[in-house]
Amino acid sequence: MSEQIEQALDRKYEAGFYSQIESDTFETGLDESVIRRISEMKKEPQWMLDWRLKAYKTWLKMDEPDWAHVKYPKIDFQAISYYSAPKSMADKPQSLDEVDPELLRTYEKLGIPLHEQEMLAGVAVDIVFDSVSVITTFRAKLEESGVIFCSISEALHRFPDLVKKYLGSVVPRADNYFAALNSAVFTDGSFVYIPKGVRCPMELSTYFRINEMNTGQFERTLIIAEEGSHVSYLEGCTAPQRDENQLHAAVVELVALDDAVIKYSTVQNWYPGDENGKGGIFNFVTKRGICHTNAKISWTQVETGSAVTWKYPSCILKGDNSVGEFYSVALTRGYQQADTGTKMIHLGKNTRSTIIAKGISAGNSNNTYRGLVKMGPKADGARNFTECDSLLIGNKCGAHTFPYIESRNPSAIVEHEATTSKVSDEQLFLCRQRGLNPEKAVSMIVNGFCKEVFKELPMEFAVEAGKLLEISLEGSVG
Amino acid sequence: MLKINNLHASVEDKVILTGLNLEVKPGEVHAIMGPNGAGKSTLGYVLSGRDGYEVQQGDVSFKGEDLFEMDIEERASNGLFLAFQYPVEIPGVSNMEFMKESVNATREQRGEERLSATEFLKKAKEACNQVQLPLDFLKRGVNEGFSGGEKKRNEIMQMILLQPSLCILDESDSGLDVDALQVVANGVNSQRDSTRSFIIITHYQRLLDYIKPDFVHILADGKIVKTGDASLALRIEKEGYAFLGKEYEGASA
Repeated sequence: MSEQIEQALDRKYEAGFYSQIESDTFETGLDESVIRRISEMKKEPQWMLDWRLKAYKTWLKMDEPDWAHVKYPKIDFQAISYYSAPKSMADKPQSLDEVDPELLRTYEKLGIPLHEQEMLAGVAVDIVFDSVSVITTFRAKLEESGVIFCSISEALHRFPDLVKKYLGSVVPRADNYFAALNSAVFTDGSFVYIPKGVRCPMELSTYFRINEMNTGQFERTLIIAEEGSHVSYLEGCTAPQRDENQLHAAVVELVALDDAVIKYSTVQNWYPGDENGKGGIFNFVTKRGICHTNAKISWTQVETGSAVTWKYPSCILKGDNSVGEFYSVALTRGYQQADTGTKMIHLGKNTRSTIIAKGISAGNSNNTYRGLVKMGPKADGARNFTECDSLLIGNKCGAHTFPYIESRNPSAIVEHEATTSKVSDEQLFLCRQRGLNPEKAVSMIVNGFCKEVFKELPMEFAVEAGKLLEISLEGSVG
Repeated sequence: MLKINNLHASVEDKVILTGLNLEVKPGEVHAIMGPNGAGKSTLGYVLSGRDGYEVQQGDVSFKGEDLFEMDIEERASNGLFLAFQYPVEIPGVSNMEFMKESVNATREQRGEERLSATEFLKKAKEACNQVQLPLDFLKRGVNEGFSGGEKKRNEIMQMILLQPSLCILDESDSGLDVDALQVVANGVNSQRDSTRSFIIITHYQRLLDYIKPDFVHILADGKIVKTGDASLALRIEKEGYAFLGKEYEGASA
């Protein structure tokens, strides 16, 4: 019966098409001149270029990390192109009417209509295609309430002080190998600023698409929520089906000032490689947020794509009473490998964190949860609760858990619960005996397993996540 | 309804059924008793199509069609229902969601329209009341944290909702106290009519005090060795299986 489960999970990657769009793409290779060219193309201020070059010099001295429970061939950083942009982007379009229709069609095919009137009401989208942000919708409406939502390149020109103040403040240039690389070569990404006391009137989202061959995508996202403000942000990602691996090394920084709330959701569906493990995206991402007094950051992620995932969205709970949350579903099948989890760094008093991580492994895949909970010496009364569940489908996959707990405060409380279970033949038989076909049965069982995480997703994304796992979310959303 | 002809079946190369014959007509209630290891549960699994249960020989027609030509879910939506001896848990999937999908899958198969959420809820509440399960059981995960008796009642609740034409109850009485036994029996009796048939697999005659069978069969060594009316069950209760022959002496009832 396990074969039927496998079949039920064996779905085509529907976002695997390539769009014929004329692009300006750098020749492959990386050295100082490439970084200078990127900076020049973006007409960046001198300080930005200096910052990039410092990051590059640090990166050269660093070693690629090898502690993650993943195996992949050594990346040839000279075989990657560090910049690719549609030709039509030479003059950045000011409205959707000016955007290359082929680009719009790409997003329609992906199920993301960009015309504002056709869009899900209440979601503003920034579109990042290869190395550049194409367009950001609903900007005028957002600016009425003082919310800034634009590409980070644009922010560098319009709000240089904000960018200078916060860029690298949460994930420093030399934080880790891939963050250093990103700091040197990042090409675009989203910038969000929510002014004091403002509740962002709509969901903000960024949709990342890698299209060109042999290019890496290095985007940088910076979200700043001023005192007492509130924002919910979503990101989605896809790429064409190819035999070669492609690198995606992003950095996301969140700053939640006093009493602010940031909810950050991801549905990651990069190309995972074919059934023999050929091709697919290397998804090496650094995501971190800092919470000031009474602030809250909530990460929710649904990770179904990428050949290799290396990702630990984290919270630094600096301010007293601040709250960090991490809800994750990671599904691996075929030959996918995921090493993902979170870090909760408790520095302030009475800080609280919750971690709910659900790993589903099928096929020949390997799925690892890696999480750090750290209680600093001043974190009086801090609390963490971690629940970490693995679901195995078939008998050729692996589930691994690496929890790290460091407590330097005797009044802090850390709880960790973990379970491992299998989709059993018995469960499947019960479902089928009640008239459900095997696909529906597996979907239902997996959906049940993920329920605690799905209910954290914003409605619009829960739908997308459900489709991704071919799961009917009836009854569990809302 | 069901006609089993010379059925031979095995599990993991171990032959369990060795030439079983049984005919069940619409509206009839057949009890199947027999010593441990006789193949009673195997019969339920073979009929419902569970993987790993290999049919070597014989044929079974269900409502005039070849049962072995149908998938597990086809048999189910054609009206074959198995109440499990040990119902499995499906964490996180609510009973409500599970049964709504199940009922609608069956309805779709029959060419009927899906029930709306409200229509379904109404039926589910009625079924819950019938087996005396509190309504919050609809919201709980399928069998998740249920006691043994609650699981059995939940199975009967599902049977009532699905309105099958052939119900196979695999030891639905085991592990139940007298009150719960009566609830299960009442649930079953409420579904008896001139078209619906039952095969009741049990070790104990006490269930048959509440559900009056038309026939009692003794299954031993993979085939039906004796058939009688309700009085046969009483005899087994009194004498055990020794009267079947020397080899069954000492086999517990």
